[in-house]
Amino acid sequence: MNTLSVTRATLMKDLRMEWRSKDAINSMLFFSLLVVVIFSFAFNPTAEESRLIAGGLIWVAFLFAAVVALNQTWARELRNQVLDAYRVSPAPPNALFLAKALGNFLFVVILEALMAPLFVVFYQLRSVGPVWQLVVVALLGTWALVVNGTFFAALSIRTRSREIMLPLILFPISIPALLAMVDATTMILTGDGTPDFWLKMLLVYDVVFTMVCLLLFESVLNAE
Amino acid sequence: MKSISVLFIVFTLALLGFSTYQALVVAPTEQTMGDVQRIFYYHVPSAWVAFLCFFLNFLASVAYLVTRRSNADALAVAGAEVGVVFCTIVLITGPIWARPVWGIWWTWDARLTTTLVLWLIYVSYLVLRKYASGGQTPVLAAALAIFGFVDVPIVYMSIRWFRTQHPSPVMGGGENSGLDPAMLHAFLWNLLAFTCVGIILVAARYRLQRMEDEVEGAHAQLALQGGTR
Repeated sequence: MNTLSVTRATLMKDLRMEWRSKDAINSMLFFSLLVVVIFSFAFNPTAEESRLIAGGLIWVAFLFAAVVALNQTWARELRNQVLDAYRVSPAPPNALFLAKALGNFLFVVILEALMAPLFVVFYQLRSVGPVWQLVVVALLGTWALVVNGTFFAALSIRTRSREIMLPLILFPISIPALLAMVDATTMILTGDGTPDFWLKMLLVYDVVFTMVCLLLFESVLNAE
Repeated sequence: MKSISVLFIVFTLALLGFSTYQALVVAPTEQTMGDVQRIFYYHVPSAWVAFLCFFLNFLASVAYLVTRRSNADALAVAGAEVGVVFCTIVLITGPIWARPVWGIWWTWDARLTTTLVLWLIYVSYLVLRKYASGGQTPVLAAALAIFGFVDVPIVYMSIRWFRTQHPSPVMGGGENSGLDPAMLHAFLWNLLAFTCVGIILVAARYRLQRMEDEVEGAHAQLALQGGTR
């Protein structure tokens, strides 16, 4: 069994389950829609103000929504002792982790693609800087949140208060990534400065933490 | 062993008294800031001990993942807990100094924010330990400890890019930097005293954790043998 085939099999299984149930994507969509509406009541911004605060709003909404999906990542593997079965099988642990992380990445990216037009409409956003850079920020930033989130979900699933635990351990570690995403998005939207430094930082963050996750996942999976 | 630790505690208490005298009486009053500058003799050594403890926590966590020995885990707990205590002291003494000198309690500057994020990370580590159950706690905690430690330089870089206001390092800075010798004297005594206090606290917490492990192990043994007490 090589890593690639196990990764693909697990990923396809998760995607098929999501396609049939639409649990994660529906709850994330509705949740972030609520955040958009509530923020707009809370701040009631003009078009000019919303350009300044949109970076923060967008990413806080996606961060909270991502936690909803991340919490469900491992829950279904606990039923029927799937994780235990996986542990005794010869399949490489990192393949399982990569499949889960990629699955979550796809869900959150789809969510962002669906929610972006809504942000534009509700907050009258018009970008001054180049829009394609926002796509780069979104892809790098989403991976930054999701790779650690998937790992920490595997930690929190083994604690007593599962759902509450994940944000408590994920948010402190994610602060630099969030700062980079928010500041880069604001820079692009207002056209005030270039986000090069933040893009490089996100890339470093992604590479470093992907490596740490892959290094440690086996120990966490096999923790008794 | 016991007499050595008692001796060390007595020595540390004496040192603490001497260094307090040095900081509050012997060291000259700062020209522009006045007496409030004296908090520096407590603020910086606390930060030093906190960083030392977090580093100890990281080393012990790596050692635990490699060797799986429970005393490495006990050391990691001790490091994290004592580190959070000293980090809290830093976060409290900082604003007390900043209010009269900067005119504000708090600013989102690189070093302040990094220290705050560091505090948040290690508090989340302690929360995870509290809520994890059974024998898997040390592994989960060690994994999180490594994430936290790797995160610190990234946090610092990112916030430094964001903005900075903290006074630049007084020692080893530019041309006009450097302390009055009497101030340096008091500072070094305090640094030594606080390091000793840190060592005592970590050692005590380590012993306590080992005892807790032992009690837990004994309970597990008893349960396996089917005994009621």
